Amino acid sequence: MTDVTITVNGREMKGSVENRTLLVQFLREHLGLTGTHVGCDTSQCGACVVHLDGKAVKSCTMLAVQASGSSVTTIEGIAEGQELHPVQAAFREHHGLQCGYCTPGMIMTAVDMINRHGSSLDEETVREELDGNICRCTGYHNIVKAILSAAGAAQPQAVAAE
Amino acid sequence: MYETKYHRPVSLPQAAKFAADHGDEGKYLAGGMTLIPTMKQRLAAPEALIDLRHVPGLKGIKVEGKSIVIGGGMTHSDVAMSDEIKSVCPGFADLAGLIGDPAVRHMGTVGGSVANFDPAADYPAALLALGATIRTNQREIAADDFFVGLFETALEDGEIVTKIAFEAPDACAYEKFRNPASRYAMCGVFVARRGGDVKVGVTGAGSEGAFHWSEAEQALSSNFAPEAVDGLTMPQDNMMSDIHGSSAYRANLVKVVTKRAVKKALGH
Ligand SMILES: Cc1cc2nc3c(=O)[nH]c(=O)nc-3n(C[C@H](O)[C@H](O)[C@H](O)COP(=O)(O)OP(=O)(O)OC[C@H]3O[C@@H](n4cnc5c(N)ncnc54)[C@H](O)[C@@H]3O)c2cc1C
Ligand code: FES
Ligand code: FES
Repeated sequence: MTDVTITVNGREMKGSVENRTLLVQFLREHLGLTGTHVGCDTSQCGACVVHLDGKAVKSCTMLAVQASGSSVTTIEGIAEGQELHPVQAAFREHHGLQCGYCTPGMIMTAVDMINRHGSSLDEETVREELDGNICRCTGYHNIVKAILSAAGAAQPQAVAAE
Repeated sequence: MYETKYHRPVSLPQAAKFAADHGDEGKYLAGGMTLIPTMKQRLAAPEALIDLRHVPGLKGIKVEGKSIVIGGGMTHSDVAMSDEIKSVCPGFADLAGLIGDPAVRHMGTVGGSVANFDPAADYPAALLALGATIRTNQREIAADDFFVGLFETALEDGEIVTKIAFEAPDACAYEKFRNPASRYAMCGVFVARRGGDVKVGVTGAGSEGAFHWSEAEQALSSNFAPEAVDGLTMPQDNMMSDIHGSSAYRANLVKVVTKRAVKKALGH
């Protein structure tokens, strides 16, 4: 067992974990922060994305001990009290979710993407950068719209059906 | 995953000491993007993990004129976003930006990728074509001698990839034909031209990992144009064959992707 100290959503959390404990297990099982999901457990789906020192990472592919001394932000940490984070609000507005399973990871990935690209984001970049996030419900269309809207970027041009 | 010990060295000698203490039962842990999935599948069960993320000697990107030196601990995203690398060798930064997805690029490192030598890893194609040098905590190894075979490199037990170094060529480009599901290369080709000398590194297709396509190097050295590759045939013998593509398919892909890479390099 190793003692870890991780600042989670701004609060310093201490715990004693087995070295093999994944960061996502620490968040969900030790801290009860079940907003971060496990979809695949094989690094493919992105349901587990959180921010480590401000950057999107897959918390199923990282050990809690690796994160000791770092800051972690989860989906629970982005709203301001009752007010949704702009990316959360955009997902609601644009119907960017159906079952909601992928949503925490999608939103954390989107926030990171917007941090890096700002309003210069375009549809192609959003789709390319969603490479590591799988959604089985929405067909991605409204997720892309929500992210572009939250970024203050231009929406894709509607293409008339042939 | 089996339980393991965890060490967090803060210097290269300390990291090497931990490795020596565990004989060949310990493993360095860099981004963990390969090692942790492998441990979850119980394909690897190291007695101890030696975390390299806090070793300053593995950090930094230095670009002086055309000379580029990248710390083994730099992430794919550090490389992809480096304005300095982009300005002297855009093809290399492009390659790093095509690895995995943003979350993988935030953790995965140059050193980890090179040490692992996955047959579909992207960097090895570039390092072969660029004639790069791999520096370790013990010596310098030319890329041609470093990459030995499937998941096999010249690294000795406990040896740490500290830097990769190369000279930016006059023109270069990486073209990647991705497996639509895993997004790993089905075939990735890096072409680099220095004056009239052209090198071609191919990954994803060969059953022994990345390799030089010598015939294409000759043809492109006399005529750096996509058509120069037209008359060549890639032998199928050493091509990978799996559910994603037969060896004949991959052999053809090598040619197609090489032409695209040349076209891209001419555009830069
Ligand atoms: C979803 C996903 C998609 C991916 N897609 C791609 C892709 O398209 N292209 C691609 O090339 N790769 C891809 N990868 C692999 C990724 O690039 C890994 O980051 C890389 O192969 C290993 O780097 P790492 O830092 O994560 O190493 P780790 O997983 O930490 O280590 C890998 C191995 O290298 C050893 N090692 C690590 N650092 C050093 C060092 N400095 N010196 C000596 N030995 C060391 C470790 O002991 C271990 O054996 C993907 C991975 C995932 C999870
Ligand atoms: S649960 Fe982590 S990537 Fe799917
Ligand atoms: S909303 Fe159901 S998986 Fe994305």
